[in-house]
Amino acid sequence: MQNYLYIALFAPLAGSLFAAIFGARPKNVITGIVTSLLLFVSWLASMKLLGYVDEHHIVHVKMMDWIAAGNFNVDFGFVADQVSVIMMVTVTTVSTLVHIYSIGYMDHDRGFNRYFSYLSAFVFSMMILVMSDNFLGLFIGWEGVGLCSWLLIGFWYYKKDVSTKENPAISPAYAANEAFVMNRIADLGMLIGIFMIYWNLGSLDYDTVFANIGALDGSTITLIGIFLFIGAMGKSAQFPLHTWLANAMEGPTPVSALIHAATMVTAGVYLVVRSYEIYSLIPDVGYFIACLGAFVAIFAASMALVNLEMKRIIAYSTLSQLGYMFVAAGLGAYWIALFHLMTHAFFKSVLFLGAGNVMHAMDEEKYINKMGGLSKVMPWTMGIMTIASLALAGIWPFAGFFSKDKILETAFSQNHYFLWFMLWIGAGMTAYYSFRLIMMVFFGEEHYKKEGKHPHEAYPYVIAAMIPLAVLATVAGFFEHSFVEFVTQLLPEFEPHVSSGAFVFLLLVTLGIAISGITLAVVKFRNGNFDHFFKKLGVYDVLFNQYYIPDFYQKAIVEPYGKLSEFAWKKIDMKIVDATVDFIAAVIYKSGDKARAMQTGNLSTNLKWMAFGFVILLAAALLYRPGM
Amino acid sequence: MEAIAFYLFSAITIGMFAIVVFSKNALYAMSALAGGMIAISGFFFMLDADFLGAVQIIVYTGAVMALYAFGMMFFDTTKDVKENIKETKIVNALWISAVVILVVIVSVPFLSDQVLLDASTSDYKVIGANNPQAVGIFLFTKYLVQFELAAVMLLVAMIAGIILVSKKMDISLTTMDEQIEKEEFDIKEAK
Amino acid sequence: MITLTHYLVLSGILFSIGLAGVIRRKNLLLLFFSTEIMLNAVNIGFAAVAKFYGDLTGQMVAFFIIAVAASEVAVGLGLLVLWYKRNGTIDLESMQEMKG
Repeated sequence: MQNYLYIALFAPLAGSLFAAIFGARPKNVITGIVTSLLLFVSWLASMKLLGYVDEHHIVHVKMMDWIAAGNFNVDFGFVADQVSVIMMVTVTTVSTLVHIYSIGYMDHDRGFNRYFSYLSAFVFSMMILVMSDNFLGLFIGWEGVGLCSWLLIGFWYYKKDVSTKENPAISPAYAANEAFVMNRIADLGMLIGIFMIYWNLGSLDYDTVFANIGALDGSTITLIGIFLFIGAMGKSAQFPLHTWLANAMEGPTPVSALIHAATMVTAGVYLVVRSYEIYSLIPDVGYFIACLGAFVAIFAASMALVNLEMKRIIAYSTLSQLGYMFVAAGLGAYWIALFHLMTHAFFKSVLFLGAGNVMHAMDEEKYINKMGGLSKVMPWTMGIMTIASLALAGIWPFAGFFSKDKILETAFSQNHYFLWFMLWIGAGMTAYYSFRLIMMVFFGEEHYKKEGKHPHEAYPYVIAAMIPLAVLATVAGFFEHSFVEFVTQLLPEFEPHVSSGAFVFLLLVTLGIAISGITLAVVKFRNGNFDHFFKKLGVYDVLFNQYYIPDFYQKAIVEPYGKLSEFAWKKIDMKIVDATVDFIAAVIYKSGDKARAMQTGNLSTNLKWMAFGFVILLAAALLYRPGM
Repeated sequence: MEAIAFYLFSAITIGMFAIVVFSKNALYAMSALAGGMIAISGFFFMLDADFLGAVQIIVYTGAVMALYAFGMMFFDTTKDVKENIKETKIVNALWISAVVILVVIVSVPFLSDQVLLDASTSDYKVIGANNPQAVGIFLFTKYLVQFELAAVMLLVAMIAGIILVSKKMDISLTTMDEQIEKEEFDIKEAK
Repeated sequence: MITLTHYLVLSGILFSIGLAGVIRRKNLLLLFFSTEIMLNAVNIGFAAVAKFYGDLTGQMVAFFIIAVAASEVAVGLGLLVLWYKRNGTIDLESMQEMKG
């Protein structure tokens, strides 16, 4: 069993290294095939572990010692328990299918080999993150996924910066830096949390920490929880560290599907779920997390209502769904958060992949008002995206229905009616904008004909890669029962308690608003663009410009920091540090220059120097006698 | 007695060598050097180094000074040697300080006790021999290898001296006349 | 009483005079003279030590110094004459090619 764990962990790394050999060469399709195969192997190993892990058996290995400094001992240890094996299966499933999809998507890209190397490296880091058995290994994986995300967002680094009017993300390189820096800011919080854990408990292993966390006093635990959540905020793009996620769409679409829908952004949720022992001791912090999550859910959904870029709409919907997950985790319903994480991974990634198909067919066009009527040319993609959108909207029998419904029930059952209301409105908005997207892209007037583009359906194997995810998006909800039984072997059991009457009422109301959102979108967009309604409302500009938050960040934080950096560079670094180093060098140079005068070709001068040395030695003999 | 001789000879020596160093006329310098060498041999005789004293006169005063005298013939010695010495203060400071320190090291008792060893550390005492005989015994037993090497070195120096100043070394001496005749014949033929 | 110290003091003085000549003289021939002075001063020192320690080694060394000095003069003068024939001067200032 341990071997399966190692295979699952290191197969992506092997793939990444293999592809890296071809990194600088022109496209060689063998890299894509080998990496996909290795990921499939990793998936098989994860499934085997899924079958093996149960109440009495978990796989816990210590690969090797890492740090042994005094009292500080951290190992490279990995664990496959219920939570991590669920994450492993999710990650490897989506990753394998995204890899196969990418072989088709990145067909004409000259960085083909480099792409697969980065993508497999990302999966490896994510596996470390979910399989590690201590906080420091988690942090290593955390940083690794951050790095690979930076590499992949900035994949087309050679694209030039443009103004924010043209492209809010300015350029792939800028977006990559923005993502990395924002994650870094959050990582500081997480590091402080980890430091506090070590300071108070003397260890970073999950087992030790969770066993002894109750012994600390409440304010310490609260602080730890807050700081760890700050780290989660950066990775999972909660407000106010959310602007990077929409801009991360500058990367290739499969990257968005894998990283910014299914895996990396869920790392924050994973952290909170994994540390449930900590968070269950501090319900106030949990409530705050839930409120923040609900706020983000509505906040992001509102921005998606009017946006015109296809991937940005889907990115905002990811943001919104992450808010849902944090509501569940904050309210103590950890298995529900994990369940929604899993189902969301399936339908969101396939939604992104479908969007990738559309963009590929439309020659990298990303504005949905230039598309329309594509259902005639791309029926498969339309079907798959519709299924995914239905799952996202939460319609029975698709997967999103079960998980989202559970979250709303949780909020209602704990009498947090305002939270429930916000989530309910968010569900409606989700349904509306998802189908707005579908309608504007696949139905209605065919704007693309004016541009002279000729879209076609994607390659068959690409569609074939998307089908398993669509199937999972459909049926995953029915595994809820076995999921609960499995996961609650580790996580605390939680059942939202509502009376049966309230249960039915909630079900109908939630379904109702979802269906009404869909209907509104379908009806209004069937024949054309409906956004002028919003424009008349006046809030259009605010929503369209993302509440002007990126502009605010730019003016209030980025520019002053830039000025500070420039000052530090010109005045401190160049004038003080460089001057000191140059001064030392100049002293040596000048002294050598002066000493050069000793070397004349004149014999007399040489003899003089010889006599001088002789006198010096005599004086030394006089002054430094033996026995002195 | 010994003291008078010592001081007399040392005065002569120092005076002569001072002339060598500070004089502007090359001939005066050379003559003073020869005088100084003779005076030094006096010291050797005072120190029971008879053989060395004799060798000093023969080799140094005789051979070396003769060499210098022959060498002087090549150079223009009527003019005074023009020397512009830069930084005279430093130069003088150097050699005066050398003098002072050397004298101090050797003469100041508490310093010289550490510099100078106790007497009679030799393991060779030749009994009943006068100095040349003793030197001869030493030279051909204990210092034989050095002697032979010195002989070789002298040979080399002699050959080097010959080569440096002679002409037409690539032609055999015996056929030199014929060669000259042949060359003159060739020149006549060319005309 | 003339002790070893006297002889060594004398040797030191003579050595310094030779040193002064070496430093001061710009004419190569006169430089050689000063070198001879230094060698002779050292000879006196060796002979004095030999006498006062009863070891004949000092005289041996002085003897070899004389031999070496003689050969050195021979070769040195030969070179000096060649240089003079080629350059017409034996002034040290004219022998400088480096610019310092």
